[in-house]
Amino acid sequence: MRIIYTDVLVVGGGLAGLRVATGVQERGHRTIVLTLVPPKRSHSAAAQGGMQASLGNCAMGWGDNEDIHFEDTVKGSDWGADQEVVRMFVNTAPKAIRQLTQYGVPWNRVRKGKHEAIINAEKVVIEEREEAHGLITARDFGGTKKWRTCYTSDGTGHSMLYAMDNKAHEESVKIHERMEAVSIIHRHGRCYGVVARNLMTGEIIAYIAKATTIATGGYGRIYEVSTNAIICQGTGQAIALESGIATLGNMEAVQFHPTAIVPVGILTTEGCRGDGGILRDVDGYRFMPDYESEKKELASRDVVSRRMIEHIRKGKGVPSRYGDHLWLDITILGREHIEKNLREVKDICENFLGIDPAVDWIPVRPTQHYSMGGIRTKHTGESQTLKGLYACGEAACWDLHGFNRLGGNSVSETVVSGMLVAEYISDFCDSPQSHIGISTGAIEEFVRIEEEKIRRLLNNEGGEDAYVLRRAMEKIMMEKVGIFRNGKDLADAVEQLEQLHIRSKNISVFRSKSYAANPALVVAYRTQKMIKVALTVAYGALLRTESRGAHAREDYPMRDDVNWLKRTITSWPDPEQTLPTVTYEPIDIMNMELPPGWRGYGKKNIIENPDSAIQQAKIDAIRNELIKKGASRFDIQKALMPFEHLLPERYRGRNERLYERFDEPKENHE
Amino acid sequence: MNEQSPRKLTINILRYDPHVKGDKPHVDTFEIEEAPGMTLFIVLNDIREHHDASLKFDFVCRAGICGSCGMLINGRPGLACSTLTSKLPDVINLAPLPVFELIGDLSVYNGKWMRGMNERLETWIHQKEKEMRDINRIEEPMDPDLSEEIYELDRCIECGCCVAGCGTLQMNENFVGAVGLNKIARYRLDPRDEREDADYYELIGDEDGVFGCMTLLGCEDVCPKKLPLQSKIAYLRRQMVKIGLTKDIHKCDCLEHDEEY
Repeated sequence: MRIIYTDVLVVGGGLAGLRVATGVQERGHRTIVLTLVPPKRSHSAAAQGGMQASLGNCAMGWGDNEDIHFEDTVKGSDWGADQEVVRMFVNTAPKAIRQLTQYGVPWNRVRKGKHEAIINAEKVVIEEREEAHGLITARDFGGTKKWRTCYTSDGTGHSMLYAMDNKAHEESVKIHERMEAVSIIHRHGRCYGVVARNLMTGEIIAYIAKATTIATGGYGRIYEVSTNAIICQGTGQAIALESGIATLGNMEAVQFHPTAIVPVGILTTEGCRGDGGILRDVDGYRFMPDYESEKKELASRDVVSRRMIEHIRKGKGVPSRYGDHLWLDITILGREHIEKNLREVKDICENFLGIDPAVDWIPVRPTQHYSMGGIRTKHTGESQTLKGLYACGEAACWDLHGFNRLGGNSVSETVVSGMLVAEYISDFCDSPQSHIGISTGAIEEFVRIEEEKIRRLLNNEGGEDAYVLRRAMEKIMMEKVGIFRNGKDLADAVEQLEQLHIRSKNISVFRSKSYAANPALVVAYRTQKMIKVALTVAYGALLRTESRGAHAREDYPMRDDVNWLKRTITSWPDPEQTLPTVTYEPIDIMNMELPPGWRGYGKKNIIENPDSAIQQAKIDAIRNELIKKGASRFDIQKALMPFEHLLPERYRGRNERLYERFDEPKENHE
Repeated sequence: MNEQSPRKLTINILRYDPHVKGDKPHVDTFEIEEAPGMTLFIVLNDIREHHDASLKFDFVCRAGICGSCGMLINGRPGLACSTLTSKLPDVINLAPLPVFELIGDLSVYNGKWMRGMNERLETWIHQKEKEMRDINRIEEPMDPDLSEEIYELDRCIECGCCVAGCGTLQMNENFVGAVGLNKIARYRLDPRDEREDADYYELIGDEDGVFGCMTLLGCEDVCPKKLPLQSKIAYLRRQMVKIGLTKDIHKCDCLEHDEEY
């Protein structure tokens, strides 16, 4: 048995994992990244649209700041988010993007003077300031008051990931490729690393570390059709769940993206609509203004997705052999714009549909896209219940997104959370609490259990076919735990998934017996894990009898702030359980900087909590008094909900903008 | 595609599992009925799910974005995920990309090769002063055209097709390949990287670098991102020749006013 020791172990080599790794390495801790695929192949590469950061350089972003980004994000979350975490995030995002600039990301830049743009399907002329020329520009995205989404054409995730991976090379971070974490090693409520399986040789290895970080992305592949890369199978969440100690948060919060192409589910970026693209129905009619008069195609994703399905249900979908769809029309943007700023979209249309999006409309349908839920952590990224285990990025629920994530906030979160969590981990590693107190005997026991599981799968004859179970799970999730949910379907889904879970204990790998690189074996053990994750989603959705963000119950259409202003916490304490254990964590209105209200788009279906008005009155009083005294926006914010003390010291500073200069620029030029 | 009478596709796959003792490279043949919009991603998954669960291949994004699924498709390197079967003849021959270490069947360890290349060429921003600019302050401006030009070269997805399509690499395994030379062109364009041509000469000014290229154009022909690989290599070669001919290779003023490709 091989044991590899390191200071910090990072599971997952996407943007979040790499940013944690470089961060802790810079602080002097040896780091190993375990990754299924070369880091540059991670799903982060697929993020096309951009990264939200309130730089406010471009004309349509002018005046933007942390306060507006905060408000947009909290409203987008349908008040599910942890508002302190949102504050930490919006304050760090401008720093993150400026740091990435130094790592080499070729962000699109502001060009001074007039340029044409399409807003609300009409050509308008925007004039950019001379002083902003060459600074990072931004595009429009759903649910934001300002143009805040910074981008590199439509390859933002790609260029960020490459810059980040290159930085990891520079920092000599060790990357162990094609290495899959299959269980968490822990004792007495403390995590000591993982058992990993080498996907090329089949070797089982124990990785032992002071701190372990899970940054494995989302769990979209439990659904039949998903925009996610095929490696986004939720195995990071699953091994946390299987520890029996770590908990998952808000697993039922699953986002559907409005515009994935039909049938394959590949994404066309929200930038298509941000840049002026519109949605049309079977008659070629632009229907979104009828539903959302103010934000139209650019209401938040959950809202647009539901409106599309509503419209299809009215018989206005375009029939096809793969079911009804709608059209995304970007022809109005013109060929030049598409070939420059939306080239990935153009390639996808050509390669997978055989159409030219400068001429033809794109067939689209809402499709599973993002996992708001994940490993529940504190604001530091550390598991609330398993010490030494950290999570960040989409894999985690430190709760930035609540029940709906805004476009452009996810790649932003990967890097921001990576920066912050790296600091907390480094502090932990510098403290005596991080001592590794586990014997090799105990480690060996964890390895033995995993080896035994593999042996059983390979030796089991006549059992279940993993592919059959997996396809059944995907179908149940798609049909019964989708965009619109109801009690009956969800109850069916839970019951059927529970049966699949029981059957999955008897999976056979009966067509390929190799211990080494063996895709059949991989499908077998991942399917067991995925079904558990699917159960946490379906069961959480069944129990949550309200509609909030992406979680929409037809039988409970109201957002219920009286009974459901709380996070779903899921665990699996006993491996013999056939259903997860669900508890709740209250979200306290009286600590909110922005008490629950209407989001400004979508239906106004809210069961109001009386505390909301009380807290709002309190906040209004404080604000009015401070404004009278001439207080700055920073002073007011601090009085309402202080957060700076939560941030690592090096990231507490304010962000400079053209209209919020730190000092007279004269000084710098001398 | 003809929906009335679906074609029967014959898929020939070069198989070899280095982990199975005594296994010899051989071709397995599978018959698949073509479906509308079918890609090689769909074909290979169908084979694995219904015919041979041991078949090894790599996909990640399945959308032409990540570069995982490079393989030889009827002898030509390409991305399997974005290859529609409708664009191929009835018989489709699949083989792993050459040059790279074989993991098994169609799966190659190109991540290892790429990592070596990246480390060798130090494909990251080099700044003389280690201290970073204050990230609280407004960022350094960059010309909008320049940032777009850099992105044009930054679009490389390291899929390995150019490496597999390269004649030089077949003969010289130390050749850095178009992927590496494109990286150098990308960093050379980037004012944030303070390396000079003399520094780049150290990295690529030999037959393992820019002078090894035989200009067979295979790389550019097969690049799924349609990167201008050959013109970049030609341009770099001219610059490196100048540097090589200059005795003082630390700074060459003549480059300051050089024509841009």
